[in-house]
Amino acid sequence: MSRPASPITATTRSGNVALVAAAWGIVGVLVVVPLASVFLEAFSGGFGAWWATLAHDADTRHAIWLSLTVAPVAVAFNTVFGIAAAWLVARFRFPGRSLLVALFDLPFSVSPVVAGLALVLIFGRQGLLGPTLAALGWKVIFSWPGLVLATTFVTLPLVVREVLPVMESIGPEEEMAAVSLGANGWQVFTRVTLPNIRWALLHGVVLANARALGEFGAVSVVSGHIAGVTDTMPLRVEKLFQEYRQPASMAVASVLAGLALVTLVAKYVIERRVEAEARERQAARAADGTAAEGAGQR
Amino acid sequence: MTKRRRGGWKDLVLAAVGPFLVALAGCGAGSSTGDAPLQLLNVSYDPTRELYRDINAAFAERYAAEHGRPITIRQSHAASGSQARAVIDGLEADVVTLAVWPDVDAVARAGLVHPDWERRYDNRSVPYHSVVVFVVRKDNPKNVRDWPDLLRGDVSIVTPSPKTSGNGKYSFLAAWGSVLKAGGSADDARRFVAELYRRTPVLDTGARGATATFSQKGIGDVHLTFESEAHLEVAEARGNLEIVYPSCSIRVDPPVAVVDRTVDQRGTRHAAEAYLGFLYTPEARAIITRHHFRPWGDSPSSGTAEALPAIDTFDVEFVGGWQHATTAFFAEGGEFDAMYQPTAAN
Repeated sequence: MSRPASPITATTRSGNVALVAAAWGIVGVLVVVPLASVFLEAFSGGFGAWWATLAHDADTRHAIWLSLTVAPVAVAFNTVFGIAAAWLVARFRFPGRSLLVALFDLPFSVSPVVAGLALVLIFGRQGLLGPTLAALGWKVIFSWPGLVLATTFVTLPLVVREVLPVMESIGPEEEMAAVSLGANGWQVFTRVTLPNIRWALLHGVVLANARALGEFGAVSVVSGHIAGVTDTMPLRVEKLFQEYRQPASMAVASVLAGLALVTLVAKYVIERRVEAEARERQAARAADGTAAEGAGQR
Repeated sequence: MTKRRRGGWKDLVLAAVGPFLVALAGCGAGSSTGDAPLQLLNVSYDPTRELYRDINAAFAERYAAEHGRPITIRQSHAASGSQARAVIDGLEADVVTLAVWPDVDAVARAGLVHPDWERRYDNRSVPYHSVVVFVVRKDNPKNVRDWPDLLRGDVSIVTPSPKTSGNGKYSFLAAWGSVLKAGGSADDARRFVAELYRRTPVLDTGARGATATFSQKGIGDVHLTFESEAHLEVAEARGNLEIVYPSCSIRVDPPVAVVDRTVDQRGTRHAAEAYLGFLYTPEARAIITRHHFRPWGDSPSSGTAEALPAIDTFDVEFVGGWQHATTAFFAEGGEFDAMYQPTAAN
């Protein structure tokens, strides 16, 4: 996992400049230029105009607030679920285990629109649970819980996929040692398991959060598009764009893009921590090994 | 090894859980406001966003003055068919103001709107109408003047899908009707419309998507759309597009209805009925005119004549009515499915 990126250095050394140029070109055309143009357009009227379009439009304000509440709730759920599921799968062998692991990935392979429609089929007025929900007076689809459900669904694999490999590589030894020394379940979790997976966990959380903020397809289906009520930031961007309010649309887009850039930096920092941690662990293992050997010889 | 950073990761957990708690508190505070001010949800289609923004403001003012109670009208806009679907699936609309009769009819058939909705307001519950017109590039380089010109040379066309979009359905029916109007047979009409869709490289799901395809992405020579949309589109393009009125076109009749199920549940019937009734008042008609729709009524309100030219129109009845159009043209395996083969034709 912490292997140095040798293929790239080898390529540059061998003088294959064309490949590097192509990579930069593609990244430039597909990523840098469009993203830069979003910011250029957003700030074309100056910072004051940018701020005004965001702050003085109640529907836009609400969309930002909505995204910033829906995403953390979905991410929090996925954090709890991700840790529990990864632990279960990493520590136990049970029938249907591989199927379960495969199912973790399902939300990635299912189109978000299909995910949204599936939620409508279950929670909609004519859906499986529709009559029950109506009797209870609970609104799921076309309101806040529906947005959270859709967002949770599409971000489901992110935390568990990050945590699972780390948990598997660490193995159960440290946890067992803690138990043998009298630690209870919570102590084992907070003092052994969590410190071991923390960076991988944070990595998953950051990725899930980025995906949650940007989610469009599934949320679009279950949102109902009510301005100032169920429009999240990405939906607001589309709506403003279609209403011929391009500067306002790009202003909201720039907020999303800005959050994405923050995520990128956080991801980079965390990835370095994860690698450092893995190296540390290997070094510690090696040291333990030699110490044990030394003790054995004596 | 882990001891030195134990404080660190506890902060980390707090940082992860903190927003969750804040969000919970926030949503709790948001939903527990028991005696909320009166609120209506108008579920509409794409091209009426600007219209209803102004209508809502005017109505809210008038309602507050007359009843001493503040009222907020929420708007939801998307492709008309999807909106009808959403209402049927539980989107709690107090009123629907959709693009085409079949969409309101679908909501009624789901039991949410009383079957006699059409008789509740004047003009079969159609407070304003529009017509399908052409939008072309500046100076009309392909010289498109009338329906037959659409099939000339290499003219290519942009229109949304008649499956999902009211705008798309009307464009289909306008093209079909133009052939009948010129004395053609149903077979002539079928050939004409089939050729028209052969020249349509993109079928967007909604009116606004098609507008973006034509004006922003620069695809196509002619954009078939509602007059109200055409005016917005042309104004936005700052001189790069212009409107062409064909010799005849279809009258676009977007009906409105109170969603009985919702208003009875929420106790908003009075306000919802007043809201739709307001659309027939002189005040609303002036707003409707300003947004390039044609308000219903015998005396055209001020400004209509100069902005919107008279045009020879036929209605949906002329091409067989909505029942027929829905089953014969747009249903699964209908005329449209038979004539439209995406990309395979190219």
